[in-house]
Amino acid sequence: MQKFNFLKPDNNNLTLFLSLGTIFFILSIIDFSLNNFLDKNITSFLPRYLNFFTPLVFGLIGLHFIRIEFSGIKKLDILNKNINTNNFNATLSLFIIFLLIFSIPPLLSWFILDANLSGNTKEACTGSGACWVYIKVWFNRFMYGMYPNAEQWRINISFATVLVFSAFGFFMPTKYRKYLTLYYTIFLPIISFFLIYYLISGGSFGLEWVETGAWGGLSLTFIVSFFCLIFCFPIGMMLALGRRSNLPTIKYSSLGFIEFWRGVPLITVLFMSAVMFPMFLPDGIYMDKLIRVIIAITLFEAAYVAEVIRGGLQALPRGQYDAAKSLGMGYWKLHLLVILPQALKLVIPGIANTFLALVKDTPLIFVVGLLELAGMLNLAKTNPEWLGFSMEGYVFAAIIFWIICYSMSRYSQNLELKYKTDR
Amino acid sequence: MSEKIIEMHKVNKWFDDFHVLKDINLDVESKQKIVVCGPSGSGKSTLIRCINRLEEHQKGSIIVDGTELSENTKNIEKIRADVGMVFQQFNLFPHLSILDNCSLAPIWVKKMSKKDAEELAMKQLEQVQISDQAKKFPGQLSGGQQQRCAIARALCMKPKIMLFDEPTSALDPEMIKEVLDAMVNLAKGGMTMIVVTHEMGFAKEVADEVIFMDEGLIVEKQPTKDFFANPKSDRTKLFLSQIL
Repeated sequence: MQKFNFLKPDNNNLTLFLSLGTIFFILSIIDFSLNNFLDKNITSFLPRYLNFFTPLVFGLIGLHFIRIEFSGIKKLDILNKNINTNNFNATLSLFIIFLLIFSIPPLLSWFILDANLSGNTKEACTGSGACWVYIKVWFNRFMYGMYPNAEQWRINISFATVLVFSAFGFFMPTKYRKYLTLYYTIFLPIISFFLIYYLISGGSFGLEWVETGAWGGLSLTFIVSFFCLIFCFPIGMMLALGRRSNLPTIKYSSLGFIEFWRGVPLITVLFMSAVMFPMFLPDGIYMDKLIRVIIAITLFEAAYVAEVIRGGLQALPRGQYDAAKSLGMGYWKLHLLVILPQALKLVIPGIANTFLALVKDTPLIFVVGLLELAGMLNLAKTNPEWLGFSMEGYVFAAIIFWIICYSMSRYSQNLELKYKTDR
Repeated sequence: MSEKIIEMHKVNKWFDDFHVLKDINLDVESKQKIVVCGPSGSGKSTLIRCINRLEEHQKGSIIVDGTELSENTKNIEKIRADVGMVFQQFNLFPHLSILDNCSLAPIWVKKMSKKDAEELAMKQLEQVQISDQAKKFPGQLSGGQQQRCAIARALCMKPKIMLFDEPTSALDPEMIKEVLDAMVNLAKGGMTMIVVTHEMGFAKEVADEVIFMDEGLIVEKQPTKDFFANPKSDRTKLFLSQIL
C-alpha cells in the first residue's frame, strides 16, 4: 500500500478514498434526515454549536474525499466537474440536496399522498393534504365558465376546428408557402371569428344564443389570448415601421399611439373600454363587451410588440438598407423581403416574452365582469359550500398557466433554432 | 466620343455643418472606367453614393442616363435598378442563400419569372466562379467569395453602370486578387465603372481616368498614364509617394 495524504486525495488510493468519501456523504444525509424527520440527533454528544453543522461538515469531508482529478471513472469525473469543483461549490451542492430532502416530502404528501380525490362533497376531504375533490367538482366551471352544460360541445368543436385550421400552415405545400403570412394574419382570424360568432355565441342555425357574460373559464382565456395575439402582431409591426417612417404625420401618430398605450395601466384601459367607450358610441349601436375587451388588450399589447420589433429593426446594419435600395427596391419591397425577415428573427425572444405576458394578463378582464380561469376560481372560492379551498384553486390555476406558457416558450425556442442563420 | 451617361454639375453636399462635397463637376462617358482615390474622409464614398442617391445632394444637379435625380421616388428606383453597387462590407442578405440573394431583385423589381431569374443568377455566379456555392448561405462563405457574390448580385439587374465602394478594403490580402480578377473581367466586358479603391495596380490596369479627391474637392483628374507619370498638384504627389 502506498503512502497517502488525507488532504490530497489522489488516484493511487482510489478505492480507499472513494469508500471513505461515500461513507461520510451517506452519514451526512442520514444525519440530516434524522434531524429533520424524526427529531433525533445522532451527534448530540457534541456541543450545540457544533452538532448543528455536523451534516454539512460530514458532507464536505465526503465530497472532499471523492474529489479526485482524472479518476478514470467517467461518472465520477462528470460529478466532480459539475457540482464538486471546490469547497464552495460543494457547500452549495450540499445545501441544495438538504433543501430537496427538506421540501420534497411535505410537498409530496400535500399534493398526492394525503390528498383526496374520491367523493363529490366537501366532507369527502378528510386528509391533511390537498382537496382535489374541489377541483373535480368545479372542473367544468373552470373550463367553460357559466356556459350551459348541454351546449359545451359547441366550444369543443369550434376549438378543435380552429386548431385544425391553425395546423394547416405546417402542412401547406411549399408552393403556397408565400401566402402563409397572409393566411395567418387575415384568413385564420376571419375563419375563427365566424366560428366563434356562429358556433359559440349561437343565435342562428337553431343554436341557442349564449351571451358573452356567460362565457368563462379556461375557454375564455383561450379566446381572448388567441384573438389578441393574432391581431396585436401585425398592428405592432405597422406601428414599428410607422415610428421609423420619414413622413412626419405617420411617424408622430405612431409615436403618440405607442406612448399613450404604454403609459396607461392595462386595468385602466379595461375599465375605460367597459365604462367610457359605450358613451362615445351613437345611440342604438351596441358593441359586445368581450369585443371591446379584446380590442383594448390588442391595442395595449400592440404598443409593446411595436417597441420590441423596433429594437430588431434598429439592430440591423445600415448596409442592409443600402444594399436593398441599390438594387432598386422601394419601401415595401425593402422591408418585406430584406429587413423584416431578419428583424423578426432577431426579436423572437422578445415577442415570446410579450405574448407570455399577454396570456398572463388576461385574468384582468374580471374588472369588466368577464370571468376566465382565475376569475372563476375567485367566484368558486366564495361559494359558501366550498369555503377554504382557495389554495387548491390557485395551485391548479398556476399549473394550467404554467403549462400554457411553458409550451409557448418551448415553441418560441424551436422557432429560434429553425430560423437561425450565421451572419 | 460616346454619350455621357453621368453628368454631375456643381454638386454640393453637407452632413450638418460638414461640407463633404464642394462643387463637384464630373462627366462619365459610357463604357468609361474611372478610379477614384484619396485619403479617408475626402468624400469619395459620398460621391459615388450620391450617384444612386443613397445620399442626397443639396445643391447642383446629377443626371444619370438622362434622368435627373430629384425627390421623385419612382425615378430614383428606376435609376437604382440601372446602377449596380458593390459595398465594402459586402452587405449580402444573410437570411437568403447565395442563389436567392442574386435572384431576389430580378424577381421582385424586374418582375422576372422565378425560373428565368435563377438561370440568370446561375450564369452570373458562374462568371465570378462561385456557382458551386449557390445553395450555401452568406455566413458560410469566405470574404472573397461573399464579395464576388455581391458583384454577381449587382450584375443580375443588368446595370448600365457599376459603382464599387472600396470593394477590397475589408478582405484578407489573399482574397483581394480573386475579387480584382472578377472586376477586371467585368471591365474587359465593356461595363461603365466607377471604382473607389486604393489598389493602384488595378487602376493602372483598367482605368481610363483616375480622380484624386481631398477634402471634398476633385484635386486632380487625368488619364491614367499621366496621373501616375506626372501628377500636377503637390497633394497628389504626396499621396502617391505614400501609397506606391
